[in-house]
Amino acid sequence: MSKEIFVIIEHRRGTIRDVSYELLTKANDFANNIGGSTAAVILGNELDEMVQHLKSSAHKIIALKNEKLGDFHSEYYQEALKSIIEERSPLLVMLGHTSASYDLAPALAVAMGLPLISGCSDLRLEGNKVITLNQVYGGKINAEYSFETEKGGIITLLPGSVPAKPGGLSAEVEEVNVSFEREFEDKVFIQFVESAAGEIDITQAEKIIAIGRGIKEEDNIAMIEEFAQSIGAVVACSRPIVDAGWLPKDRQVGSSGKTVKPKVYIALGISGDFQHLMGMRNADTIIAVNKDPNAPIFGAADYGIVDDLFKVVPAIKDKLAQL
Amino acid sequence: MNSVVCIKRVPETAEATLKIDPANRKLEVDNLVFGINEADNYALEQALLLEEEFGGEVIVVSVGPPETDEIIRMALAKGAGRAIRISPENLSELDPYSIAKLIAHELEDEEYDLIFTGCQASDDGFSQVGVALAELLGIQHLSMAVKMETEEESATVNRELEGGLMAQYKLNFPAVITIQTGLNEPRYASILGIKRAGSKEIRVVEPGSWNEKMVELNKLSFPPPGKMAEIFQGSPAETAEKVCEVLKTKGLL
Ligand SMILES: Cc1cc2nc3c(=O)[nH]c(=O)nc-3n(C[C@H](O)[C@H](O)[C@H](O)COP(=O)(O)OP(=O)(O)OC[C@H]3O[C@@H](n4cnc5c(N)ncnc54)[C@H](O)[C@@H]3O)c2cc1C
Ligand SMILES: Nc1ncnc2c1ncn2[C@@H]1O[C@H](COP(=O)(O)O)[C@@H](O)[C@H]1O
Repeated sequence: MSKEIFVIIEHRRGTIRDVSYELLTKANDFANNIGGSTAAVILGNELDEMVQHLKSSAHKIIALKNEKLGDFHSEYYQEALKSIIEERSPLLVMLGHTSASYDLAPALAVAMGLPLISGCSDLRLEGNKVITLNQVYGGKINAEYSFETEKGGIITLLPGSVPAKPGGLSAEVEEVNVSFEREFEDKVFIQFVESAAGEIDITQAEKIIAIGRGIKEEDNIAMIEEFAQSIGAVVACSRPIVDAGWLPKDRQVGSSGKTVKPKVYIALGISGDFQHLMGMRNADTIIAVNKDPNAPIFGAADYGIVDDLFKVVPAIKDKLAQL
Repeated sequence: MNSVVCIKRVPETAEATLKIDPANRKLEVDNLVFGINEADNYALEQALLLEEEFGGEVIVVSVGPPETDEIIRMALAKGAGRAIRISPENLSELDPYSIAKLIAHELEDEEYDLIFTGCQASDDGFSQVGVALAELLGIQHLSMAVKMETEEESATVNRELEGGLMAQYKLNFPAVITIQTGLNEPRYASILGIKRAGSKEIRVVEPGSWNEKMVELNKLSFPPPGKMAEIFQGSPAETAEKVCEVLKTKGLL
């Protein structure tokens, strides 16, 4: 077994995604600890420019080229990765826990007979075991999982688990022209589709009042809108509010919604799942109201109130009226 | 059009106080309410809509203990035709791969155009079973569907990427599609549906102990207290006052 760590680079529309640099940071640390090395594996059609960007972040770059790899397509990605992984037997393959890896990692793992732990926030090697840290039950509990590295293994790392830092390396670049023995015409990528933009752009807002499932009913939103207006804030929300059709998609904060950075973010009845936190943790000041003292949102907030939002919000409104 | 829907019984934990068993391996579940995994409810709805449009049958599959029959009955009440519940002895030790393997094994003799799963279970959050299942069955897959236009033998599906962006694919059947929340409006079961469900078949498969797993759970623990918000104490009037003070000091009022 080699001591090489493969990091699968994610890019979209010609740009490497931030999560890839976080992965490389994590992988370089991990490799240092075990006396190993990292290889950034990038798949695509036109790769030269992106390869330049990666040079200081890994010991080696493996550029897998084929026109079918231009846009992400899990079947072609899987075929290309399978052959390079079989050939090189890396100790570990790392991907971001992103939409792309949701589509790719479980199938790749099954096809190769490799163990897969998805969605970890940390990992270490102990003897011949990879041990990971995962958040389960909406972030309320930590789980430690492990697999033996005899044959290697795959992990996907949560975006935002580590801040990306410069690697200070200079990678040798290896180009591989991939060929495919079969075509995957039963699944064809057509196009990217943007979700429709509404009249309010929450990414530009200075003050955000965000509601979650704790708001309970659609009718309760009017009261929040009123509160928001009184302090010049906009109303945003967690995903279940959009799923229910109570607010439009462009008000959703989180990994599959918007990333916001207001001066103040007031979270009402939001539990604080990592997918939500990813969209708002960089707000200057975060105030959370939640009746559950163990809600993970309190780990991300600056100030918290453990109480019923239907009591706290009217009280804040009263206070504001007195000012 | 025949569809299979994989549903998982999960505890509702968002508002609950959780406890871990003394061996640090399992959640104590006595005080918890269970239900169908949120995304699976949308998956079920999608299958029911297709059955209404194209005919055929909806088969529900779940790997779980006898209590799972509750969510299975509800799925049957909404219109699924029959169900398979797979119940190995070592249920609590299964990893996503072994769950996918168990389901794949049971589906060998079934005829289906589509298999739907949720894109993620809310308990372990692995997001693996659907895509692993597709690979085990040797059929293609698309994950995280947020929009779907279906024809007799193919569908045009938008899968969710980050930041509100979607990627559109054309997909021929048979295929596994994993469903993201928000795809449709899940229905409620009717009284008549609930009555009818009583006579529908739940086939129980008991494969004994199932030792196919790749990944071990070492232990569960509560997150160590890290950075924590300053908690305002007092009555709503008092805490509200402190919120206003914060806003005022930051120059936000
Ligand atoms: C691939 C993927 C992408 C996702 N992307 C996003 C995303 O972009 N954004 C996002 O938000 N989610 C996203 N999610 C969903 C995410 O995993 C969580 O399910 C979601 O964030 C939970 O929303 P919530 O906090 O509003 O609801 P819950 O988790 O149900 O929490 C509700 C909270 O309200 C509290 N509460 C209830 N009543 C009251 C009351 N009266 N007063 C005060 N508090 C109360 C409860 O204690 C609880 O903490 C995504 C999921 C997946 C699988
Ligand atoms: N025990 C199970 N029984 C049936 N389906 C399951 C089971 N576990 C997971 N699934 C399906 O796979 C999806 C993803 O689960 P997971 O990979 O655990 O996040 C779920 O939304 C279900 O549709």
